[in-house]
Amino acid sequence: MRIGSPKETYAADESLFRTRTQWVWFGILLLSLALYPFVANLYWLFLACLICINIISATGLNILTGYTGQVSLGQAAFMGVGAYTVAWLDNNATTPFILNLLAAGVMTTLVGLVAGLPSLRVKGLYLAIATIAASFILQFVFINWESVTRGTRGINIQPPQLFGMEFDNPDTFYWLVVPVTVLMVILAANLFRTRVGRAFIAVRDRDISASVLGINLPLYKLMSFAIASFYAGIAGGFYAYFFGSINPESFPLLMSIFFLAAIIVGGLGTILGSILGAVFMTLTPELLRYGVDVLEPFVQDASALLSPVRTLVFGLLIVGFLLFEPHGLAEIWRRVRRFFHLWPFRN
Amino acid sequence: MDWLFFFEVSLAGLGFGALYALTAVAFVVIYKATRVINLAMGEMLMLGAYMFFGFAAALALPIWAALILALVGGALLGLILERLVIRPMLGESPISVFMVTIGLSSVFIGLVEIIWTAAPRSLPSFLPSDPIFIGDAFVAPKTFWSFVIAAVVIAVFLVLFRFWRGGVALRATASDQGAAYGMGINVPMVYSLAWGVAGLLAAGAGVLLGSIAGISSEMGFFGLTVLVVVIVGGLDSVLGALLAGLLIGWVESLAGVYLGGEYEHLVTFMILMVVLLLRPWGLFGTREIERL
Repeated sequence: MRIGSPKETYAADESLFRTRTQWVWFGILLLSLALYPFVANLYWLFLACLICINIISATGLNILTGYTGQVSLGQAAFMGVGAYTVAWLDNNATTPFILNLLAAGVMTTLVGLVAGLPSLRVKGLYLAIATIAASFILQFVFINWESVTRGTRGINIQPPQLFGMEFDNPDTFYWLVVPVTVLMVILAANLFRTRVGRAFIAVRDRDISASVLGINLPLYKLMSFAIASFYAGIAGGFYAYFFGSINPESFPLLMSIFFLAAIIVGGLGTILGSILGAVFMTLTPELLRYGVDVLEPFVQDASALLSPVRTLVFGLLIVGFLLFEPHGLAEIWRRVRRFFHLWPFRN
Repeated sequence: MDWLFFFEVSLAGLGFGALYALTAVAFVVIYKATRVINLAMGEMLMLGAYMFFGFAAALALPIWAALILALVGGALLGLILERLVIRPMLGESPISVFMVTIGLSSVFIGLVEIIWTAAPRSLPSFLPSDPIFIGDAFVAPKTFWSFVIAAVVIAVFLVLFRFWRGGVALRATASDQGAAYGMGINVPMVYSLAWGVAGLLAAGAGVLLGSIAGISSEMGFFGLTVLVVVIVGGLDSVLGALLAGLLIGWVESLAGVYLGGEYEHLVTFMILMVVLLLRPWGLFGTREIERL
């Protein structure tokens, strides 16, 4: 609690931004997001779009895993459902871009509800394993439902069009994906100011007490699955549009682990955590690539080492953060902020 | 229907199932002692197989020496993991520990690909290769001998669990840690023991699996099927692990032959879903009383 910001109503105390300073910082963030495309080159814009897609998906997973406590290793497969919905609509119907994206979200929500059914019966580790099974079954569907997914050959998607403009490059696509990401993140942050969001947290903290308090466990668990899948569907839809072609290999189990790693590294149960985690985990491989480029003259076959080193670092990050910094980057961020708040009174 | 063919396919499936059972026993030992679901089991298996490969092919040691070194290496790996990674996670939520093992599996894959590259390789063959017939049915000699070895190893370990002091300590710890500690059992030592034994079993299973199917950095996938096996059998039941291992191996091989290769994993994961929905504690596992 900061000094000099008294509140007169509960609503004011619970609002997302409680002080004028926070509004100013938020404004600066939006402004820099808007200015970014004018200073960044195509490569960095590409990364920015990818980060946004990952932020959407990681935020969804954080709602399910971080806030509701239901571990899921199916987020990538759900993204696949969204991507294939977009791809099918793009190839077989002339519906506009926005509608396709929404359809991807809705379709994935439905699939997520079915995949969430085991959560009514099992929880914790068993649920994680059930979602692994669900993701393999979805993978099988992607490969073998030839008439819709075109099997292993994959499927191409035209770049999205809106108001007669074609968003076929990272520098134009940026203007599509960033506003949606901001919107989705704000929606997620607002969710936890409502009864539904608080119910999710209660389910996570102690499901039995939550049920004693009158929370309908099956309903809220399924609702959490539905919301997480909706986020995955939107992210998957963007993924399909962004890369222009998808195949069953695009959404492996490793990608689900990537999202789980992102929210662990970022911080479970915080919105900031999903953002920081997605940014960090997307940029780490790129950093490694720079490292390999530097090593190139000294080490034979340095570029062949890139993929295994990525896998290794990826695992080390998961293990390291869980062992030494279980609350993730969000906690580090809070510590840094507190240091500056209390400086120079405490050192 | 060609019964002889069916019989041969079943035998091949049971041979593979024995490897599932062997790995599943390692899985169950870890779960019973430390309540950790070790998702890196498949990768521990892989590391064991690669160690054997390294000793036998790269260092050109005799097969028996390479085998012993790989088994010792596997046991050491288990001990080190327990001490460095799992012990510090004691008391954390089971989910965190589960995710640590996911991270470990990624680390192992990375290590193997850095040292040996991702290219698949074949292990030097050391099993007898005379064709084997049971009645009229042909069994691939590698499958047959790995079945025999797996069966003998499992039998030895069952006897050890029953009569050896360490095995009794392990079972005591599994049923009640506090009471076991009170009776003078060094519970942390039991944790180490369980991981060491599991590492040893995994390395052995890895060498057998590698000699049948070759080794690659993707063979850790085997661990996911073993996960299905232990869930179906019941996480804390050795008997369940054995029966479910054979069952899953058999069903998988039938599905692979009669439905097509792509159905192998689909069928096992379908079985997993059904078991999780109807009987989450597995066929022989302890039913934890919790109703929600």
